[in-house]
Amino acid sequence: MSGVRVLVGTKKGAFILTSDGKRDQWDVSGPHFPGWEIYHMKGSPVSPDRLYASQSTGWHGQVVQRSDDGGKTWEAVGNKFVYDGVPGTHQWYDGTQHPWEFKRVWHLEPSLTDPDTVYAGVEDAALFRSTDAGQSWHELSGLREHPSGAKWQPGAGGMCLHSILLDPSHPERMYIAISAAGAFRSDDGGRTWTPINRGLRSEFIPDPTAEVGHCVHHIAMHPARPDVLFMQKHWDVMRSDDAGESWHEISGNLPTDFGFPIDVHAHEPDTLYVVPIKSDSEHFPPEGKLRVYRSRTGGNEWEALTRGLPQSDCYVNVLRDAMSVDQLDPCGVYFGTTGGQVYSSADAGDNWAPIVRDLPAVLSVEVQTLP
Amino acid sequence: MIHVVLPPHLRVLARVDGDVELPTEAIEGPVTQRTVLDALESRYPVLRGTIRDHVTQQRRAFLRYFVCGQDISHDPPDAPLPDAVARGEEPFYVIGAIAGG
Repeated sequence: MSGVRVLVGTKKGAFILTSDGKRDQWDVSGPHFPGWEIYHMKGSPVSPDRLYASQSTGWHGQVVQRSDDGGKTWEAVGNKFVYDGVPGTHQWYDGTQHPWEFKRVWHLEPSLTDPDTVYAGVEDAALFRSTDAGQSWHELSGLREHPSGAKWQPGAGGMCLHSILLDPSHPERMYIAISAAGAFRSDDGGRTWTPINRGLRSEFIPDPTAEVGHCVHHIAMHPARPDVLFMQKHWDVMRSDDAGESWHEISGNLPTDFGFPIDVHAHEPDTLYVVPIKSDSEHFPPEGKLRVYRSRTGGNEWEALTRGLPQSDCYVNVLRDAMSVDQLDPCGVYFGTTGGQVYSSADAGDNWAPIVRDLPAVLSVEVQTLP
Repeated sequence: MIHVVLPPHLRVLARVDGDVELPTEAIEGPVTQRTVLDALESRYPVLRGTIRDHVTQQRRAFLRYFVCGQDISHDPPDAPLPDAVARGEEPFYVIGAIAGG
């Protein structure tokens, strides 16, 4: 019987949650790397026991870990992230120019075809690639060197490249998103990049429709329909039907369109999930009710999913990389909270239950569906 | 033998129990912050970048170096360490600042 493995990164270590296809009984392994911040873990789609983890602390900086046995044992691999050439400057909070400085890896995206190739999205925003299973890292500097780079600025969480989408139909095409610069697309394997922010409107920047400067929180796609993208922006939930050339708003009847994660059902490309958060100044669910919202129409029409989720006095947040889906049928949906709960639904969001309740604050959740 | 005391996170990362002992012959040149840390990183490559920046070789901001009851973090990296450290009578401490949560 197939099963699932949920990779949970937290503020104080990594946890691995496993279950069979029923998804009602769970084994919990961890903490791995106790005391370290695990911004992200993800497995190779072609070699599922090959996992990569981003481990960091303010004291000791960045470490990257690799496992070849599904997380039972780990090996520290390369942690040298050096920008190509003279990195130049970007805009700082006070409007002055500030030099690019590597701080940490936010997101690790293994290749769709080669288990030894993995991409790293880092702060200060740049994209790195390893082709030797994480031993060495090389910047794809065409992104950072885009002429708009000097206008990029950090969001409240830092100037992070937090989202990487690889297009399964066009091997040379990939998308990334940066807070607070926006979304970018490459059609040549990461060599050159185009900002894809037309249609975004951000009232908190001087020109609300500028080419760059938007605080994109997360982007998502369904692999069977890779030209359709979904975005949770700082405010606004957005959709593109033309590979990011233009965006239109699909917030519809959401109680608030601020939030962080967005994800797509494994088998229904028009079924989306978001977790509305009250506002950018109050990072918790409206009315103290933790509600996932699902659209079965590709946006605009949303229903609240509440069964099994706390509906009073709940003031947690759900961060941008802390939601994921499995590939089983019915599709499983998972998310983690800053309160240390990881919730799962084995029926596409209709019913929820906590897998664990008392982890450190959850930074990321990724799910692997195992044979 | 040079004794180096690492903070707990780095002991786990380097997979060592207790203090690290570096043979004196592993130190290239005078015993200094730089040569001790070079020898430490040579023996435990996983520590590269976790004490000093990969490129600038500057001490990471929340770490300190103590020897013989003194904070030498701001001393020049090529200044000789006290003889007691070079003789292995006193350890070279890498300390994680009491910060964060």
